[in-house]
Amino acid sequence: MINNEDVTRLQDAVQLSEVRGRSLWQDARVRFFRNKAAVAGLVVLILITCFALFGGFIAQYEPDFVDFTLMGANAYQGVPSVETGHYFGTDIDGRDLFARTVQGTKISLLVGIVGSLVAVIVGTLYGATAGYIGGRTDGIMMRTVDILMSIPFMFVLILMLVIFGRSILMLFIGIGLISWLNMARIARGQTLTIKNKEFVEAAIATGVSPFVIILRHIVPNLLGIVIVYATLLVPEMIIFESFISYLGLGVQEPNTSLGALINAGASQMTNGTLWMLFFPLTFFLITLFAFFFVGDGLRDALDPKDR
Amino acid sequence: MSEPILSVRDLSVVFDVKPAGAWPWTAPNKLHAVSGLSLDLQPGETLGLVGESGSGKSTLARAIIGTVPVTGGDILYKGQSLMQMSVQERRRHRRDVQMVFQDPLAALNPRMTVGDIIAEPLVTHEPSTPRKEVKKRVSEMMERVGLLPNLINRYPHEFSGGQCQRIGIARALILKPKLMICDEPVSALDVSVQAQVVNLLRDIQKDMGLSMIFIAHDLSVVKHISDRIVVMYLGRPMEVGPANAVTRQPTHPYTQALISSVPIPDPKAERARERPVLEGDLPSPLSPPSGCVFRTRCPIAQDVCAQDRPPMVDTGPDQTAACLFPTINQ
Repeated sequence: MINNEDVTRLQDAVQLSEVRGRSLWQDARVRFFRNKAAVAGLVVLILITCFALFGGFIAQYEPDFVDFTLMGANAYQGVPSVETGHYFGTDIDGRDLFARTVQGTKISLLVGIVGSLVAVIVGTLYGATAGYIGGRTDGIMMRTVDILMSIPFMFVLILMLVIFGRSILMLFIGIGLISWLNMARIARGQTLTIKNKEFVEAAIATGVSPFVIILRHIVPNLLGIVIVYATLLVPEMIIFESFISYLGLGVQEPNTSLGALINAGASQMTNGTLWMLFFPLTFFLITLFAFFFVGDGLRDALDPKDR
Repeated sequence: MSEPILSVRDLSVVFDVKPAGAWPWTAPNKLHAVSGLSLDLQPGETLGLVGESGSGKSTLARAIIGTVPVTGGDILYKGQSLMQMSVQERRRHRRDVQMVFQDPLAALNPRMTVGDIIAEPLVTHEPSTPRKEVKKRVSEMMERVGLLPNLINRYPHEFSGGQCQRIGIARALILKPKLMICDEPVSALDVSVQAQVVNLLRDIQKDMGLSMIFIAHDLSVVKHISDRIVVMYLGRPMEVGPANAVTRQPTHPYTQALISSVPIPDPKAERARERPVLEGDLPSPLSPPSGCVFRTRCPIAQDVCAQDRPPMVDTGPDQTAACLFPTINQ
């Protein structure tokens, strides 16, 4: 027999307990973790980040320590080996390639992440503002973006690096300057569709200020697409930086990046020291693939309708 | 009669429409969404707005809440012109006038919890309210509109259409407004839910002494809830009068056609009755017909109808129609 009192108590309990809702973000997270390739990509990314952050502790040598005894004997003495402590071998100057790769990965990741962070913050706010205000302001803001885009940036960046000297800061400024342009366009396009939704109208009718509407109603709703684009922008930025470094204009010695290491390795290909190319290139490719897989997974998770 | 809470004086809303592919300097076409509309709303009264799609009902609502620019005429709220209000006054006015939207789900931000959505007007207008107090008032309001308060942390996509509309109503009511505008609040819901929501709106309106403008294209729903009805066609009022009079004894030929289009829930009576069917489509609001805008589809139109815009004439007690040949009620 069911006790009547228990039933009422149970009903009370059901009534009183607040149900935690599942937000669209949580739904997306579930979908993301169901995607095996994306999760694998994420794991690889975490491993690479750990490698970049903590690899220095495992390395037996400082990245800028030059082993003069190896000069000219690289091809047979600088071979990757566990015994000598040069896990990845040495580079042309007799420096430990493992420590160099750690350092290069760190710089490359940093460039990619800073680039896409600038893109996310500046590009999203700029695009959302232009799209939301609309009219002439929108016209002026977006034409400015068009004009900036039409400038050949590689050329400007090279000029900047030549004039102001080659430094990481200059590289960041250069990458930050171009990375947000596409993002602003994407954010604006999305804003145009969101701002005509009724919930935005409801907010306007209530008297919420335009700035709050952009931050509370527009940006969270375009964040899905922005995140996807940002993850795909990171590898793009890494490639961009690598290209600059490959030209010899990127980061300066003794600092290095994956692009610079690949460049150095490629120039030694004919000397029988292929590991100089192999290790940086492997890390470069794995990082890019991991980012692309994660980006793909995010797109599927955040935009279930588009599949 | 007391002072009207809202009066609309000769309101017109004109949109500029550029034809596709036009040069930037081409003069835009003028779309007359609302033209020369006047109405008064008494405190505590429910005014029903009916008309076909494209007759300017929603534009009128949006002009009153101020999301659409007014081209001509004036809107007075408690005798004060909205057009001449300062920014602060306008903000205070926004607090008193709230709106319930047509598409229940689209009117709720999918990234916010129900509690945050309902609290938004409160947080906007009374930012100093402590969080506990906000939550308490939101819970009370949820209960009032028939939602379990423990659903406060849920997201809009987890609710049905009717529930979403209740959330929209709760958001509109949280500041205890004086005037609520319902823009086709039930047309996206199925019939049984429609009845629930309409009854809820009517109860709340009685309880809180709200004035309400209720927009719908379904006459039977409007009849059920309104005290007075305004029938609109192509942005102009065709007939204004008490709900009963307009639905039982329509005096304007357009209203008569509208009423006859409401099906009778009895097949025999439905088949037996004779009804004037409106032919053709709504004329384009880009180039409305001269004189009476309804003349192109009117069964009793004559040549004079094309000359001047017909004035509103008394056709019964408190009932007026914009027609040169109306049926007169005694």
